[in-house]
Amino acid sequence: MPEKRIIMDKMEDSRSPLLEFYRSGEGYLALEKALKMQPDEIINEVKESKLRGRGGAGFPVGMKWTFIKRELPGPKYLICNADEGEPGTFKDREILLKKPHMMIEGMIIAAYAMGLDAGYIYVRGEFAEPCGKVDYAIEEAYAAGYLGNNILGSGFSFDLYTYLGAGAYICGEESALLNSLEGKQGMPRLKPPFPAQYGLYGRPTTVNNVESFAAVPPIIINGGKWYADIGTPKSGGTKMFSISGHVARPGVYEIPMGTPWKEFFYDIAGGVKDKKRLKAVIPGGSSTAVLTADEIENMTMDYESCIACGSMLGSGAVIVLDETTDMVKVLHRILKFYANESCGQCTPCREGCDWFFDIINRIYYGQGRMEDLDMFETLGKNISPTTICAFGESFVTPTLSFIRKFRNEFTGYIEKRRAE
Amino acid sequence: MSFAFNEVAMKEFDIWKKKFPDDPEGRRSLIIPALRLAQRQAGWISPEIAEYVAGITGTAPLQVWSVVTFYSMFNREPVGKNLLQFCTSISCGLLGGEELISHACRKLGIEEGKTTDDGIFTVTEVECLGACGNAPVLQVNDRYHENMTIEKLDALINELRNKEQG
Repeated sequence: MPEKRIIMDKMEDSRSPLLEFYRSGEGYLALEKALKMQPDEIINEVKESKLRGRGGAGFPVGMKWTFIKRELPGPKYLICNADEGEPGTFKDREILLKKPHMMIEGMIIAAYAMGLDAGYIYVRGEFAEPCGKVDYAIEEAYAAGYLGNNILGSGFSFDLYTYLGAGAYICGEESALLNSLEGKQGMPRLKPPFPAQYGLYGRPTTVNNVESFAAVPPIIINGGKWYADIGTPKSGGTKMFSISGHVARPGVYEIPMGTPWKEFFYDIAGGVKDKKRLKAVIPGGSSTAVLTADEIENMTMDYESCIACGSMLGSGAVIVLDETTDMVKVLHRILKFYANESCGQCTPCREGCDWFFDIINRIYYGQGRMEDLDMFETLGKNISPTTICAFGESFVTPTLSFIRKFRNEFTGYIEKRRAE
Repeated sequence: MSFAFNEVAMKEFDIWKKKFPDDPEGRRSLIIPALRLAQRQAGWISPEIAEYVAGITGTAPLQVWSVVTFYSMFNREPVGKNLLQFCTSISCGLLGGEELISHACRKLGIEEGKTTDDGIFTVTEVECLGACGNAPVLQVNDRYHENMTIEKLDALINELRNKEQG
């Protein structure tokens, strides 16, 4: 299966961020169509599309949209999660830079379907340039009557704003994002209540990822069934994959869900860089379990197949490791990231990620002990299930996968440095 | 010396105010935008600047300071005119991010996290910048420089230095 560009269609054209260019294709036709549909019809199309949340958790988007009680009085909010920060992920940046109108159109349709009054696009603090592109697109959309009061004469009104964060990985977690947007430390909230009941300023709120919103307009134009038929029985449509590391052609590629790994990696991304051999792949961002070259060989690029192989598709961030890769060094760098980024709210995570980093640090610098490897297992069991959000799991899972699958390299480090 | 927004920052702050509800909760949302504007103007966030931000957002200085200390982009001490932020996270790390930051430190004669005596450069190591397809990545102030090499880094440092000494 080759690339199938639905969201990325015409992205290579330098005019792709502009309204005029977007409208020369199917731009905002989905919004016109949606405003003539009943809100429930829209939600049913999205359900039928089998679109799953593209931020990493893969939760069905259409189902999430049914959680909002539209009859509740008072303001209700729509949030676009553009806090792209999972190491290895860089697909949302492409949309923000090159197709901001597609995401905006998806948001307006979502707001209409759920009866929401205002929206915020939470862009990670480092993305000042992409945020500027979105600001410009929002201005264009207001001027064209797609945002603001009485959109296209439908009687529906919706305001949309951007917001820039200030550097914190954890704000990609939706409830931490809401706290950050409220001007607080970005610490995840205990759930329930979920954002649909108690979100921004305590109001009903829906949070979706950039890519999820961008997928909505083509679903409305062509129908949910059309989108579902592109993918696998459980994962509809196409997905944008970010591929980086030791790969010949790094970048973002949009392919149908269910594309065989081999076709994606060798035919589309060009295989391993410099004709080296493949050692391992981290398939869904640094918080997912590493897969050996053998394990990934027969995988297909969709949520279910990735789980069957022992990992997670996550945000679709594929990191390629060639035969020369020092796995101890890679895990050392991954754990440094998590030690830097824990928000510090839950004790098992706050202390645990520092312990994990201390242990890998001493292995890496030649003071490792054999029992350290078992200590990861013991500590891990006490961290993963005891924290408010999934951050604890996010550093335990990759660590245990590295230790179990590449144990020789770790014991080698411990023995060799001891001998020196 | 007391801090206050200059005209440009005040104008932008007024735009931000329109984005949020005009009530205490909505005004608290202005803390991060106000801090970003203040840092762009002053280069860093002193306790005094944090108090100013508390004043214009109608929040407590403690609420502002808790935000300043939580987010990595707020500098709690002065930095150089060019903040060189090297990503060494996984993909940049695989493709030479660490060599780049070591090279920059050697060339500028400073340690990571420090500023050159002339105040032109500060070198810091940062986490994933979300541009891994063009690794290794370097962010200078707001701007990304992608597919970096030692040669490109040397040229960039020379160019930035010449501009400041112009």
